[in-house]
Amino acid sequence: MNIIESIEKEQLSKLVEGKDIPNFKAGDTLRVHTKVKEGDRERIQLYEGVCIARKNDGLNSSFTVRKISFGEGVERVLPLYSPNIAKIEVVRIGKVRRAKLYYLRALRGRSARIADDLAAAAKAREEANNSN
Amino acid sequence: MRTGLIAKKLGMSRVFEAGGAHVPVTVLQVEDLTVVDVRTADRDGYTAVQLGTGAVKAKNVSKPMKGHFAKANVEPKKKLGEFRVSEECLLNVGDTLSVEHFVAGQYVDVCSTSIGKGFAGVMKRHNFAGMEASHGVSVTHRAHGSTGQRQDPGKVFKNKKMAGHMGDERKTVQNLRVVAVDSARGLVLVKGAVPGGENAWVRITDAIKKQSKVELPMPAGLKKVDEPVAVKAEQTSADNA
Repeated sequence: MNIIESIEKEQLSKLVEGKDIPNFKAGDTLRVHTKVKEGDRERIQLYEGVCIARKNDGLNSSFTVRKISFGEGVERVLPLYSPNIAKIEVVRIGKVRRAKLYYLRALRGRSARIADDLAAAAKAREEANNSN
Repeated sequence: MRTGLIAKKLGMSRVFEAGGAHVPVTVLQVEDLTVVDVRTADRDGYTAVQLGTGAVKAKNVSKPMKGHFAKANVEPKKKLGEFRVSEECLLNVGDTLSVEHFVAGQYVDVCSTSIGKGFAGVMKRHNFAGMEASHGVSVTHRAHGSTGQRQDPGKVFKNKKMAGHMGDERKTVQNLRVVAVDSARGLVLVKGAVPGGENAWVRITDAIKKQSKVELPMPAGLKKVDEPVAVKAEQTSADNA
């Protein structure tokens, strides 16, 4: 393994320690708890929206969350392993046929909705019960 | 003035710092960097150290260079470089330098040969705007336009920015912060980009324009001879615990 890969791997294992990153994919609705610094005080800010893209690249992994805020489309690209992300919650599992949902940018209202993947949601619930 | 180090550029990565900040870093590797020669005031009229690094096949070393390395009693090195140092920072021939020469938080200048771009036009070489895509412009969309005035002065001024060879020249980037130092693997992580491609030789020196707030090892960060023993002792104590 080359040295850059190995230092990224070491850093990654340190970053994921004690952190539970759920399985999610494009189409899922996420609630991201982000740490926001105001002066010397730190608080958690929630950001909820549809995940329209996910990039899996080790330490450089990121995901894009889109939401409509006051009638304006907002997208945030978040580094998956950033220490500024306290928690990621999967609110809904969506049923989509694309890995990248950039087509949502052109859609508004009803046509921009994503159908729930009920089967996947049931399976996720069952797995959660089993692990408990 | 301390010596610098010769390192190899491995590539770029990123570091997430404790506060949550994300820092782009260049990974530089220092491997068995030894002092091959010293220049002294009495003999040469100035003080400097000559460092060598990198393994080289014996058959590729010329006879005069073999003699030079034999005199210093060190293995032949692929890359040699001289660093001006002040009198008190002179080192002994045969000393091995460690990356602990640099300390996280200090600022360094990094010097290397930039990637060659060949014959480049003015848009790429000097960030000219080029000409319009339409409005009657024909065939000259990326051209520089006028190069001067009229019969007076009647010439193109010297240093006029024009197309020509770009890159493959010695470039120094100043005031890069040292993000981390990994002595086990001989790595220095500096914030930001460094000239040259992967596997390029780079010279790292203390920043000349930015004073360091952290204390730096004087006269240089040398590899201790008894270091392997100390590591072993630590391991055995850990095993016992």
